[in-house]
Parts: sequence; C-alpha cells; structure tokens
Amino acid sequence: MAPSADVSKRSAPFALDVDGVSHSYGARKALDDVSFTVPQGSFTALLGPNGAGKSTLFSLITRLFNTRSGEIRILGFPLRQKPTEALRRLGVVFQARTLDLDLSIRQNLTYHAALHGIGRKAAEQRIGEILKNSELSERLSEKARNLSGGQLRRIEIVRAFMHRPRLILLDEPTTGLDIKSRAEIVSEVRRLVEEENVSVLWATHLIDEIDASDRVVVLHRGTVLAEGSVEDVTEAENAESIHEAFTRLTGLARPDQPKQVETLA
Amino acid sequence: MSEAVSTERSATNKALDNEPSGFSGKAYAICAGGIIWREALRFLHQRERFVSALVRPLLWLFIFAAGFRQVLGVSIVPPYQTYILYEVYITPGLIGMILLFNGMQSSLSMVYDRETGTMKTLLVSPLPRWYLLVSKLAAGVAVGILQVYVFLAIAWFWDVQPNWIGYLYVLPALILTGLMLGSLGMLLSSLVQQLENFAGIMNFVIFPMYFASSALYPLWRVQESSPLLHTICLFNPFTHAVELVRFALYQQFNLEAFLIVIGCTVFFLGAAIIAYDPARGTIARKKQG
Repeated sequence: MAPSADVSKRSAPFALDVDGVSHSYGARKALDDVSFTVPQGSFTALLGPNGAGKSTLFSLITRLFNTRSGEIRILGFPLRQKPTEALRRLGVVFQARTLDLDLSIRQNLTYHAALHGIGRKAAEQRIGEILKNSELSERLSEKARNLSGGQLRRIEIVRAFMHRPRLILLDEPTTGLDIKSRAEIVSEVRRLVEEENVSVLWATHLIDEIDASDRVVVLHRGTVLAEGSVEDVTEAENAESIHEAFTRLTGLARPDQPKQVETLA
Repeated sequence: MSEAVSTERSATNKALDNEPSGFSGKAYAICAGGIIWREALRFLHQRERFVSALVRPLLWLFIFAAGFRQVLGVSIVPPYQTYILYEVYITPGLIGMILLFNGMQSSLSMVYDRETGTMKTLLVSPLPRWYLLVSKLAAGVAVGILQVYVFLAIAWFWDVQPNWIGYLYVLPALILTGLMLGSLGMLLSSLVQQLENFAGIMNFVIFPMYFASSALYPLWRVQESSPLLHTICLFNPFTHAVELVRFALYQQFNLEAFLIVIGCTVFFLGAAIIAYDPARGTIARKKQG
C-alpha cells in the first residue's frame, strides 16, 4: 500500500511525485515522511480531514516555501533544482480566493497569463478557448467583485488552465459553496481534465466528490495511510465503500459529508 | 499498478522533451509589463490614494513652507547659487517624501496581498522570484515617479522653477531613490505578518526618516542646534536620497549621495529577496493557510 521509494528511477515521470516529504512548523510536525504519486492523466483525490496537512503539502508543491526534507517532482522536474520548469507545468487553485476583486475578470486572467510570459493576444485566445459555450464568457469585462462565490471559483479554475499546465492542483475548491455550485465546479474540472488531458490532484475532505474511477491518497495527521484506486483502497480495508474505508483508516466517526450525495454522483 | 500506468504514459512523456524549456526575453518582458500594468490599474482605481499622495506634499509646500520661511533663513548652500525661497529648498525633500510614502504604500499592498492570497498568485509564477520582486518594485517606482512629476508641475506655479533640463536630470535620481525606499518597504513587508503591525512600522519608519534628514532644514542648521541629531541625519539614507535629488534637480551630481543610495538599495533589495526566498526567507517560517 505504501508507495515505493524508487519511483524516481523509472524513466516515465509522474505528473507529481512526492517523495519522503516532511515539514514542521517549529515543534509541530505537519507532514511526516509523505510519499505518493499522481500518474499522468489520472484524477487523484487527496483525501484527508481538516488539519491533515493538505494545505502545507500544497504550499510545498507550489513552492511557497521550500521542501526541506524529501523531494517533490512535477513531470519529472525536481522543484528544488528546476523550479521554473516544474512551476510552468503546474496550475493551482488555492483554497483562499486569490482573484483581485477590483480588477475585471479579463484583467485578472491576462495578468495571470503575463506572469507566465504569455502576451495579451495569446491570453485572449486562450480565454475564448476555455470559456467557449460558457455564460461566463459574456461577463469578462465585469469586476470580479460582482461575481458570486461559485463563479469566482470557476474563474480561478479557468485561470489555473490558462498556461496549459500538465498538472492541476486544487485545494478544497468547493469549500463554502452551495450544492449546485459544487456540482458545477466538479463537472467543470472533470470536463477540462478530459479536454486538456491534464492530471489532477484534488484535495478534499468530501468523499462524494470522488468518482469510482479516481485514485485516492488518504492523508491523516501528516502521514499517508493509503494510496491507490478507489477499488483497491476499499478492498484493502475490507470496506463496503470508499467512505467506510476512509472512516476506518482515519478512525473518524463520520467525516464531514453533506447529505445529498446522490445528486452529485 | 503504477508500473503499468508509467509504461502506458511513456508516449506522452516523450513529447515532454520537445517542449521549450526556460523563458525567452520576451516572456520576461511580458511578465514585468503585466506586473507594472496591474499596479498602475490598482493605483488608478484607488483615486483617493492618488489624491492624498498629492495633497500631502502640496500642504507642506503651500502652508508649512509659507509659514516656516520667515523663521528659517536659508543661506547659500550647494547646489544653489543664490539665495532661495524656503519653498525651493523644501521641494526635493517633498519629492523624497512622496517616494517614501509610495514605497511604504506599495509594500503595504504586499502585506495586503499576502493576507488576501493574491501574493500566492505572484509567487507561483515560474519566473525567478527575484525577478518577480524586482518587477513588483519597478511597478511601485513607476507609480511614485508619476506622482512626483505631477507634484513638480503644480509646484512650478508656486515659483519652484528649476531649469527645464533639471526635470530630466532628476529622473535617474528619482528611480534610484524610489528603488531604495521601495526595497526598504519590501524588506519591512516581509518582516511583518499582518496589516495592523504595519501601521506601527509606518510611524516608526516614515516619520523618523523624514524628520531626521535634510528634507526640511539644511544639515548645517541641524549641526548648530544638535551635533547628535546631525550625526543621526548623516546616517539616515533618506538624507542622501534627498540630496541626490536636490543636486540632480540643479544638474549636479552628488557622488557621495549617489554611492550611499546605491549601496543601501543593493543592501535592502538583497535582504528583501532573501526574505522572500522560499528556502531561507522569513515567509517560510510562518504558518500559512
């Protein structure tokens, strides 16, 4: 169940390879020897209750701070030695809203493109490409402030895809959204993943956001408890469902879970 | 299982080798352009900020200088060749004040950006972090210089009329001063975690720097009244920034001031880049999100 350590020696790179990563804030250990992979083309859910260390892990993968022990590779590029090559292949949706509310949607998106060295014209083209058939394409000139929480999130997802990344990270992207918006976000990401053929690491504590065909990595108190396909992880725990497996693994009575699971599946 | 996936994907991975690596000079230019453009947009959106940035030095020029000129006689000191009005004397100091406030304000916006998370968007850019920070700094300086020229245009009607060529000579001095004060602000922004703490730094940095300098009174005057204060003024980089601007405005080059300002800029900027470095920096030690 534990991911093999010699992962890096294989010729074909994983979209994301987290290898023996630990991190502490002072005396408190947030991550303890965390290893897992996101194979290319996979949709991997990073499943963990609040406080499992998901956000710390995301800060390390996005290089907000450096990995001090262990190594992280994106498409085979070690983050520490080749941050430019690694980061250009990465798209991120942070948990906190990071759009500039005083700027228009278009300005937010072209600013992001500029940060990746993409000019305005190419950015406009790309926006049109991602937002085709979307009602959001008509609201590009509006200030971000005028959009609802769900719409802001969707724009942030569009932004994460702007520079054609190969790996997308989403840190609890549906937090604080209503059921309808959540469903929209989940289906939007899955659609884009299909169209753009990218790999995804989706951090969540909501089990209903996981499909039967996904991979899961269960993170709890800074350690990886299980990794594999939904089926494998469920079987390994002798559980009826991934939900039950998760409950057993983490020893939680019941993870946070909304009641309308069926409507989203 | 991952073995199978890897082999299956090896075809995709081959394409990776053909992908461009590194960024072109054009991409760097687009990135800096985008950062400056965003800063300008933000500045234009905050009209109160622009107005107050202008009103502040103008109040000093119109009111303070008018009242003070009878109290303080300014004798002939370089770079001036004749007796000058106090308004003329104080103008380079007020230019310094504009750049000082602007430098602190753009770093204030960095603290704000960190709190709201927009800073993450910047730092996740694949371009080198020092480049992002320098672009951010350049954006702040551009906004500050715009304010200075608007101020100088108004001051012209108030009999502060240096030779027109002085307006050109002063530009490099403004850029350098802006960079020094902006990088100092950036360094401070990396040290404070919250906006509330930053208000204190404004008081403990802006006012002492401004008053303990040659902005409001010539240093020989200060020396007459307090040798200690005179020494403090000499150790204040802001004094030298003001002198650099003062000399440049009259088409003279003050080498000593220039070297000090350059030295301080390199020091502050270097420290700020280290502070924002993901490996060593102060932000790495703080718990985020």
